[in-house]
Amino acid sequence: MRPGEGRRIRVQDFRRLGPVLWELPATHRSDMLVPVRLFADEPLLEDALGDKSLDQAVNAACLPGLVSHITVMPDVHQGYGFPIGGVAASRVSDGVVSPGAIGYDINCGVRLLASRIPAEAAAPHLADLASSLYAHCPSGVGVKGSLPLSKKELEQVCREGAVWVERNGYATLDDLERTEEGGRMPGADVAAVSARAMDRGRGQLGTLGAGNHFIEVDRVEAVFDAAAARAMGLETGMLALQIHCGSRGFGHQVCSDYVRDFQGTLAGYGIRLPDRELVCAPVKSPDGQRYLAAMACAANFAFANRQLLAHHVRQAFEETLRGRVAHTELTQVYDIAHNMGKIEDHSVGGVREHVCVHRKGATRAFGPGFEGLPEEYKLHGQPVLVPGSMGTASWVLLGTAGSMELAFGSTCHGAGRVMSRAQAKREIRGDRLREELETRGIHVRAGSLPGLAEEAPQAYKDVDSVVEVVTQAGIARKVARLVPLAVVKG
Amino acid sequence: MDELPYTEIEHTADWALEVRGGSLADLLVHAAEGMLDLMGAETAPGPSRTLHLHVQAADAEALLVAWLEEILVRMELAPVTFSDFQVRVADSTELEAELREGVRGDLEKMIKAVTFHDLRVEHGPSGWKTVVVFDV
Repeated sequence: MRPGEGRRIRVQDFRRLGPVLWELPATHRSDMLVPVRLFADEPLLEDALGDKSLDQAVNAACLPGLVSHITVMPDVHQGYGFPIGGVAASRVSDGVVSPGAIGYDINCGVRLLASRIPAEAAAPHLADLASSLYAHCPSGVGVKGSLPLSKKELEQVCREGAVWVERNGYATLDDLERTEEGGRMPGADVAAVSARAMDRGRGQLGTLGAGNHFIEVDRVEAVFDAAAARAMGLETGMLALQIHCGSRGFGHQVCSDYVRDFQGTLAGYGIRLPDRELVCAPVKSPDGQRYLAAMACAANFAFANRQLLAHHVRQAFEETLRGRVAHTELTQVYDIAHNMGKIEDHSVGGVREHVCVHRKGATRAFGPGFEGLPEEYKLHGQPVLVPGSMGTASWVLLGTAGSMELAFGSTCHGAGRVMSRAQAKREIRGDRLREELETRGIHVRAGSLPGLAEEAPQAYKDVDSVVEVVTQAGIARKVARLVPLAVVKG
Repeated sequence: MDELPYTEIEHTADWALEVRGGSLADLLVHAAEGMLDLMGAETAPGPSRTLHLHVQAADAEALLVAWLEEILVRMELAPVTFSDFQVRVADSTELEAELREGVRGDLEKMIKAVTFHDLRVEHGPSGWKTVVVFDV
């Protein structure tokens, strides 16, 4: 095959490496430098072949300096440049960093809060709670945050992330302890961020945005690992709450700036790629370092954003449920990124590799003993938060030794889309979907009904199937299954 | 009714728009109109003004991305929308645009970014054509 013009990928092109692990060899296309490995059962493999996600994984396999293979998760779907649900590790010594392989919504991620509020006791107040969450947490298009920042304050947020939010009284030290990187990504340098990104960020801290971002009140339906659930504060029948959002226009602009700038510098590094969206720079080059410094600023903005939203969520719970239930407190389970580039060490074939791990629609899933975890989690492994599609289940998982061995310490991030947004808009009406969810006892507050239709459960894969694959593959372990009671969307 | 010079095409996670034009300038105008249509942007009654923009980029694809990003960012920073686009292209790396900035009414959904994914601005016997993918 000519570079960038592979024939349609078929099931028979894969070698089966295990019950739920498939490999597309590097010989599939002449410009591939490493193979592509996909975690999937047969139906999810068929789903992955249904759009261009695996072609995008093949394109990603052409990036210079990759270690071992491109990893593709069972929730994979077509994105832009790099597939959503993809993981690539490039050597720091001779590899590259690709902004498009991390994504525009840098540090898009999920935060989970636990409570001791019995779902039964809260049931009569859930409609009020949904309305209060919608009122407290600015969502939708062009909405300004509750905490407009001066330029100096935004620079502090870029450097300190969620730590800045705690210093200003909107978080607890436990929140920070139970956040990836302590809520503060190292290496941030505001000088690497454009004035336009700063302009976009100043009014957006503490906002949810639109698209697939949401706040969801859940009931812990089942616990599969009692000790881990206890350490996380999760108990069957109690309420929990998820926040899914990212770095807003600030992060989008950081990525846009570097995808544009790297178009002009790529040839100078002698790199040719099948898709311009994958443009990159050597990790160790001044260009690569500048992007990583700007990306860290955006990651910190996102940590701060979810932290401030958690503050607003706590206000809503307190105002709505005080005097109605015995405990209104929400404690943090964990906060995890699923669009991020991280410099990490991984053992590959017995060799220690110092790599830049690109996770786009994939979650870090470090196993037991990892030093960056709070003491109470070290025995169990890092919590992994896997939101399902709207109206379906979500999962709390744990990272494992297997995820370290097979997937650069990574696992899935969600259900993964199967239906195009255009088809969802054609086939699903937002008002009917809202009625249907309400009939099932799920309270919905949404700013845009067409936007709601695009996120309909029918547009997504079955999250339970995705979780079965990652647990069967040994790249995650089940802790708890959550079911939705109220959803707030922009 | 004339056929629109842009068509939304299937994309699993994001939005993709096929755009056509008799010239590169037409293509840029239709891309902006199509993007606003996808977002469901409506103009509300109120004051408006004419805006002049100058956009430069390395090639035609980068010019398209920079032009659309310019509109998106302005819509994010203020509750405005745009219409009555007039674009002049000196070559494929530079444009001068005149457009009407008005008060924004409804907006169904915002676009996060304009991507370079598989982006090719192509010129053939039937005119100019491209497919642009938006991150949403």
